[in-house]
Amino acid sequence: MRARTLFDKIWDRHVVADGPEGSKILYIDLHLVHEVTSPQAFEGLRLAKRRVRRPDLTFATLDHNIPTNGNRLAIDDDLSRKQVEALRQNCRQTGIRLFDLESPHQGIVHVMGPELGLTQPGMTIVCGDSHTSTHGAFGALAFGIGTSEVEHVLATQCLVQKKPKSMLVRFSGELPAGVTSKDMILGMIAQIGTDGASGHVIEYAGAAVRGLSMEARMTICNMSIEAGARAGMIAPDQTTMDYLSGRHFAPQGKILSKAGTQWKALASDPSARFDSTVEIDAGGLAPYVTWGTSPAMAAPVTGEVPDPDHGASDSERGSILRALEYMDLRPHTRIEDIPVDRVFIGSCTNARLEDIRAAARVIKGYKVANRIHAMVVPGSQQVKSAAEREGLDRIFTEAGFEWRESGCSMCLGMNADRLQPGERCASTSNRNFEGRQGAGGRTHLVSPAMAAAAAVAGHFVDIRRWHYKD
Amino acid sequence: MQKFTTHTGITALLDRDNVDTDQIIPKQFLKRTERTGYGECLFYDWRFENNGRPNPMFPLNAPQYAGASILLTGRNFGCGSSREHAVWALRDYGFRVVIAPSFADIFANNCVKNGILTVPLRRSEIAALKARDESGYFHLTVDLEKCQVSGHGGFLASFEIEPFRRAALLEGLDEIGMTLKHEADITEYERRHGERTSPST
Repeated sequence: MRARTLFDKIWDRHVVADGPEGSKILYIDLHLVHEVTSPQAFEGLRLAKRRVRRPDLTFATLDHNIPTNGNRLAIDDDLSRKQVEALRQNCRQTGIRLFDLESPHQGIVHVMGPELGLTQPGMTIVCGDSHTSTHGAFGALAFGIGTSEVEHVLATQCLVQKKPKSMLVRFSGELPAGVTSKDMILGMIAQIGTDGASGHVIEYAGAAVRGLSMEARMTICNMSIEAGARAGMIAPDQTTMDYLSGRHFAPQGKILSKAGTQWKALASDPSARFDSTVEIDAGGLAPYVTWGTSPAMAAPVTGEVPDPDHGASDSERGSILRALEYMDLRPHTRIEDIPVDRVFIGSCTNARLEDIRAAARVIKGYKVANRIHAMVVPGSQQVKSAAEREGLDRIFTEAGFEWRESGCSMCLGMNADRLQPGERCASTSNRNFEGRQGAGGRTHLVSPAMAAAAAVAGHFVDIRRWHYKD
Repeated sequence: MQKFTTHTGITALLDRDNVDTDQIIPKQFLKRTERTGYGECLFYDWRFENNGRPNPMFPLNAPQYAGASILLTGRNFGCGSSREHAVWALRDYGFRVVIAPSFADIFANNCVKNGILTVPLRRSEIAALKARDESGYFHLTVDLEKCQVSGHGGFLASFEIEPFRRAALLEGLDEIGMTLKHEADITEYERRHGERTSPST
């Protein structure tokens, strides 16, 4: 039998039948649903008098437009409330399990799925959200889909797909202290560009990836879409099994051990071929800060804002010029000299317990700099309560941070958590597009520790030289 | 789904790379639960000034592009969020075709579902189209049966498209209906993989 990649193995196992013109009908094991991209899909089903085929494989939560402060059960915004009500009603009518706002399991869809053990190796997982790639950290094939495809999966539990190409990204060497998986993925995107992996499913491999926790692996896979990839994945190993052990929906005990043997066999065969390969020396990476309006516009914290004149082409020079104008930055400004107004620690990229611990460790014994508005929005209610059990919330509030309820919050500003025009934010989220965090807002993407340090210093600082007070 | 065979219309040039779906339709318009009515939201933050008046500097507001139905733009168009609202906004504004050097994957998928054709052309062909724009030639014809773009003065370029996307557009297929015809295959798959397709609770 020919040597196969992790992606090949999962793909092959999920082909139900040949679709039209060389496409395949692919079975979907887990469908995650949220309030923003689903109402039109449920409406489409009703109009066509179709039913939800597998409500038992479909799980919903509320995350994108919900408030993260005050009494969040009472949503002030009329349109948001209507959308939330629509999801509740759709779930009731179709028998889909919803983790609603009062549930201790509610959270950002890509934080909730893994922590409940819904996300498992070898699965195909979809959601009407581009950051579904997060779940690939478990050795699953997970990708974002549009609302029409959400409707397709609700009706058939399948999707019609043309098989994407494969790409191997190997991080060799050892990750230096103070450099995180956020820096690995920002470094990769800076190297290959925002369309560097278009049409491909990435498999991340190499010693530096093997050494990462599941939470850190999720951060990498999460931002695969920022390089244009269809999905990102990491072969399951003992770290994966240890994470799954004891999770609510995951198999347990002997069944988990048996599943574990099968899951580990999913790893790419040694002689498997990829359509393309990217090599990155993890040992050469530094903490990254984005300076522009695309995730590829990133520089090491010790670097500076680029000069548009140094762009490789007219279109690149134009892009840099436009980005610097929007970001109100001058060429050659040292990254460490960029001041911030806001700090956001949150999102499906970096709001898991490990992220919050990393940020708390930085600010322990310090105060947030004058005039800076800083907040932590845990990725789920489970993350929030676990952090509170460790007393992390007090470290943040004593330093001057706001400690919020879970949700997508200021990653995309669909709720009231938004940047004001001209405000500059150190953010642990995934997109620094124009207006992403609020019209006219300026976003710099960083790791949780880098964001926490910027809150204390009032500007970006090199976390590798931080004086920890613990 | 709306069929696409051939289309002739005015081509508007938005000469930017990496236009993301947050720009195509900003977040404040994602709270609606309808599938139509997004035309006014298209490129909202670029198209309108803070006072709600059209921004005279934004290309789509230029008089020569009034009634445009073909968008000519830069590489990696539609990157970022999976929001199908971006495609609904393009469609409701009146676009049937987007021509660019490359497209983001989820965006291109969403286009097919809504009868919008994405046409990838080579850089030299894009450059030729930009030159036509400067010379005041805005009309193009896009023929999906021949996979060709043509225009006044002998402009002719052919393009490639996934065969199954082409078939879906040409025939205006109900994809869900087609998959449901495989009901027996799906049921058989579920029977064979039963253990795996049911989460333990």
